[in-house]
Amino acid sequence: MARTMKAAIPDRSADAEVDVSMTVNGEAVSRSVSVRMLLSDFLRHELGLTGTHVGCEHGVCGCCTVLLNGRAGRSCLTLAVQANGYDIRTIESVAAADGTLHPVQQAFKECHGLQCGYCTPGMVMNIVARFEEPGKLDLSDEGIRDLLSGNLCRCTGYLNIIAAVRRAAELLGRA
Amino acid sequence: MKPSIFGYQAPTSIDEAISILAGDPDAVVLAGGQTLLPAMNFRAANPSTLVDIQHVADLRGIEVGADVIVVKAMTRHREFELDAEVARVNPLVAEVMQHVAHVPIRNRGTVVGSLCHADPSAEMPLLLVLLGGSVIAQGPSGQREIAAEDFFQSFLTTARERDEIITEARFPVLSKGAGWAFDEVTRRHGDYAIVGVGCVLSLDDGGRASRVQLAACGIADTPVRLNEAENTLTGTVLGASDLDAAVAASAAAVTQPDETHVSQTYRRRALGTLIRRMVTTAAQRATQMETA
Repeated sequence: MARTMKAAIPDRSADAEVDVSMTVNGEAVSRSVSVRMLLSDFLRHELGLTGTHVGCEHGVCGCCTVLLNGRAGRSCLTLAVQANGYDIRTIESVAAADGTLHPVQQAFKECHGLQCGYCTPGMVMNIVARFEEPGKLDLSDEGIRDLLSGNLCRCTGYLNIIAAVRRAAELLGRA
Repeated sequence: MKPSIFGYQAPTSIDEAISILAGDPDAVVLAGGQTLLPAMNFRAANPSTLVDIQHVADLRGIEVGADVIVVKAMTRHREFELDAEVARVNPLVAEVMQHVAHVPIRNRGTVVGSLCHADPSAEMPLLLVLLGGSVIAQGPSGQREIAAEDFFQSFLTTARERDEIITEARFPVLSKGAGWAFDEVTRRHGDYAIVGVGCVLSLDDGGRASRVQLAACGIADTPVRLNEAENTLTGTVLGASDLDAAVAASAAAVTQPDETHVSQTYRRRALGTLIRRMVTTAAQRATQMETA
């Protein structure tokens, strides 16, 4: 005879759920998700937008960078519920519907700004956000390195990415 | 690397937020989340409930007054960095902000959140201590103002009570003609400082320092106001021997013990180098302000 009773299996998870609604790449979405679901997982697992990559999950690598109300931010350091009511843009929204690359993507292609491509979505979103800000861009080596400092790349050695930022500025008439 | 289970509340008023905190000792305020969420992803932090204050309208914005800049609890680093009025009355803010993590982190992280986290290597606590600022804490029994030097008590520890919200931070403006400077030593751009030093000073008509404010981060379990070095420099022309004396006077302020990558001796030398550079830069700027 067992000395203690086994705990009954709960009939539902203790993980609280919450309704979230936001606009993702121009489309209104609503889901009921765990309050502890990260925005990165919401995009990837709930919406199937796997272009947003997940590297470190503590804000260091920058792979998961998306635009939150037009500003670059870490989707791994944002809960899905925090983004309730936000306008979110991911890498899937950057190229045109017919597949024509965005000038930043075109510049990465021309300058060999990627090898394995894992960091590229975060890089592109971060750069696109800066290019959408008004005012003069700092296209010095130091200025571009500062722009890229929150995104890690383990393949390229960064020089081709720096070149790609300059090329993108040319393509966008911002050089 | 996912957070453990927690509850979530999104109050729309300060009173509502305080009552949630008062009713649950393990509830934690969530502002920008740029420190709290990594800690939760690592499961170093396990709050019972997150009190998300982003929907409290009274906690947003920056107010620039005659003497002080009021930064409300939900103000992001990037807003403080780019505010033209802030830059006009206190150009030190933008200079310090260049060293706070990276733009995507500054877009989300909040100034007051960084103060409440109270990392002794972080820039925002140093800025508040350097300027002699304060915070407003609001709890069930009302509001109180806490001076920066009383707020930062120890490593990641502040004078805030568990049921209080820091509703705003108050950063003094620079006095007319004052020079300023901030720089830090880090292994990588955007890291927490190994040592950081900020300086604000004013010169009299004879080129002597009439007022000197110096503070450092990364050298002790809180940001430190370098009072001895300030006293040593006040009334001098800030020459090489005056700087030597100030550096010698601040050596004892370094109490952070040896760590794997950084010895106490290294920190002390970095502190001395930064004091010399920051005082010199601030003095040059004060001179430029006079002649401008």
